[in-house]
Amino acid sequence: MTKPGSYQRPIDFKHGKVDLTHGSGGRAMAQLIEDLFVANFDNDLLREQNDGACFSVPPGGRMVMATDSHVVSPLFFPGGDIGCLAVHGTVNDVAMAGGRPLYLAASFILEEGFPLAELKRIVESMARAAKEAGVPVVTGDTKVVEQGKGDGVFITTTGVGIVPDGVNVSAGNIRPGDKILVSGMLGDHGVAIMSLRENLSFDTTIESDTAALHGLTAAMLDAVPGIHALRDPTRGGLAAVMNEFAQQSGVGIVLQEDALPVRPQVEAACELLGLDPLYVANEGKLVAVCTAGDAERLLAVMRLHPQGRDAAIIGEVIDDPHGFVQMETSFGGRRMVDWLTGEQLPRIC
Amino acid sequence: MCLAIPARVIEISGEDQARIDIVGVQKDISTALIDNVAVGDYLIVHVGHAIGRIDPDEAEKTLAYLAQMSEEDARALAAASM
Amino acid sequence: MKYIDEFRDGKLARALARTIAREVRPGKSYRLMEFCGGHTHAISRYGLEDLLPEQVRMIHGPGCPVCVLPIGRTDSAIELALKPGVTLCTYADTLRVPASDRLSLFKAKAQGADVRMVYSSSDALRIAQEEPGREIVFFAIGFETTTPPTAVVIKQAAALGLTNFSVFCNHVLTPPAMVHLMELSAAGGVDSVEIDGFVGPSHVSTIIGSRPYEDFADHYRKPVVIAGFEPLDVMQSILMLVRQINDGRHEVENQFIRAVTRDGNQKAQRLTDEVFELRANFDWRGLGEVPDSALKIRDEYALFDAERRFGIEYRKVPDPKACECAAILRGQKHPSDCKVFGNACTPDQPIGSCMVSSEGACAAYFTYGRFRSIKRT
Repeated sequence: MTKPGSYQRPIDFKHGKVDLTHGSGGRAMAQLIEDLFVANFDNDLLREQNDGACFSVPPGGRMVMATDSHVVSPLFFPGGDIGCLAVHGTVNDVAMAGGRPLYLAASFILEEGFPLAELKRIVESMARAAKEAGVPVVTGDTKVVEQGKGDGVFITTTGVGIVPDGVNVSAGNIRPGDKILVSGMLGDHGVAIMSLRENLSFDTTIESDTAALHGLTAAMLDAVPGIHALRDPTRGGLAAVMNEFAQQSGVGIVLQEDALPVRPQVEAACELLGLDPLYVANEGKLVAVCTAGDAERLLAVMRLHPQGRDAAIIGEVIDDPHGFVQMETSFGGRRMVDWLTGEQLPRIC
Repeated sequence: MCLAIPARVIEISGEDQARIDIVGVQKDISTALIDNVAVGDYLIVHVGHAIGRIDPDEAEKTLAYLAQMSEEDARALAAASM
Repeated sequence: MKYIDEFRDGKLARALARTIAREVRPGKSYRLMEFCGGHTHAISRYGLEDLLPEQVRMIHGPGCPVCVLPIGRTDSAIELALKPGVTLCTYADTLRVPASDRLSLFKAKAQGADVRMVYSSSDALRIAQEEPGREIVFFAIGFETTTPPTAVVIKQAAALGLTNFSVFCNHVLTPPAMVHLMELSAAGGVDSVEIDGFVGPSHVSTIIGSRPYEDFADHYRKPVVIAGFEPLDVMQSILMLVRQINDGRHEVENQFIRAVTRDGNQKAQRLTDEVFELRANFDWRGLGEVPDSALKIRDEYALFDAERRFGIEYRKVPDPKACECAAILRGQKHPSDCKVFGNACTPDQPIGSCMVSSEGACAAYFTYGRFRSIKRT
């Protein structure tokens, strides 16, 4: 490992910009890795700076691996940024399999000209998120692309974890009669992002809900080891997860509109733009499916946890060969909750 | 065919401009199509422009009518079950 | 949300539903057209049809400005967007409308056209001020509600002396379209559809007032009830129509009294009149050529007319063969009657604009209600 002080100049994090040498494998890249990534992610495995991180795995259970790429724009938004989003997203994917996350890998594709000050801010945020979650970033990669070929920064995180013996969480377990629960308020993240979009700007105190959920899932599985399915409603919102479940399990779903937890401000923003909260992304929420008998106990456990305070039972699984997702509207009628077509866009009509 | 939403004026923010609020969501909109906009007015907002005003008295009348209709319905239900 | 939540009350909805059920005459059918696409959307989204008795049938009308825009006009918008140096600003509703050569504004953007989604006409004006080196064209669509906001920015552009801003005007009018529908119906034959009453548009009426419907109701002897935007408004309006039909009346009634007056928004009407004038003819998808039904920019504001500025010529393009949008827009067919509905034509791969527009009858039915047709079979 290079000794401290063996670089001619410290990196100019205030005014410097990413350039092609940062990805070329030479001294500049080594310095960036050491002074930025290793310094912030700060763990023994990473400090060894080998091509890969070797670790032993606790006995029993099965391993789970998950990966996510993050291309969010804008990079910084109320409540978070692409960095912590990248950590939370993959930690949550592992958690949704019923796993306890162990380690993360992080790959960065940087655009030439990207300000180092922003990169530092992102990496510091990632490091904070990883530390809070107790899941270190132990290996990674950096590449630089020419100006115009990237959106500032793209981050891919891969995570590994252990699913304990006896835990089997999968959409295939879902059965008619099951209840559906959600861990809290829907639509915060998507609305927070939209509020910054050029030409849509509106002022709101809504913040992204980005958060690591493995603590919540651990508590849930502890109380109800037989949970049938878990998933986080990110892109495409709750509607996407409901339709995925219905299709993958060959069942139907009926939701209760009155039971859906949505903040009044999120509702108002959606009304203004003509959006439906069911399709708006969440980054710190989960959907759980369990037997009817377990539902109340699971709900109680979720509500005790800081990330589950606003949890609610929102619907149930029914027998339906067509696999429709329906909703009883607060009005008293029924409507379908269909797959989203591409990205949900505001409307004037 | 026109998505429009009633919103409360919280500030006159410029010539032919007002700031509206719906449950804490705020936006600056054009009031070029409405005369005598005042703070506290409820304007109907469509594509970033106020196109009309909600008349609070008329709104009350509609709600009162609906309430009355609901009472009559309750009586009809009661009568039917006897 | 004030003035919104009160008009979405489920308890009142059920009371209204029972009242309507008590007042419909046995054996009599009530075919009601909701002209406005926003009402079509509300009916589907709240599942209103579940609350209405069988005798009441809602027929979806052509009040969807994206749905009635003929392919040729979208082609022209794409042509404008592909011109170097041009930035086309548009409401999001038009982005996925399928046009000729398998293109849409969305796909043109992927090919390098500078297409930008805006929430308001004011955003397009602002972009023109911020980017003097580019030609900003605003793709203006919509009925009488959306037209005054376009008039406002054209006047503002003139006052500012902007030289890089223009509008591609596709604004259309409601009463002429309603008249044309009735003419098609009166002519009988395959194009006709029986309509007993109309649920009139909410926000169009906020602008134009209730007066313009009076001659219509008189001449065609059909009741018109102007309905507010919320589901309780729609239901109350249906009740009012049922009563008129039972009484044999054909009046214009205003349910949306909190926002609509007989005269409407006269300031908005004046501004619209200053900037726009009638086109002799306009090709409507579904209704064909309708006289005096659309607007163009007056000569005084020719500088801001994209059609003149860029020499845009309209080329009529027939709808795809399998597409039944035309019949559906006239209320003659139901989306489930279309052979390609739900299989070749879905919101993901739309063949016609009725499936793309969020308030098109097909999209509304596919997204919110297609489970009903499967139950029927």
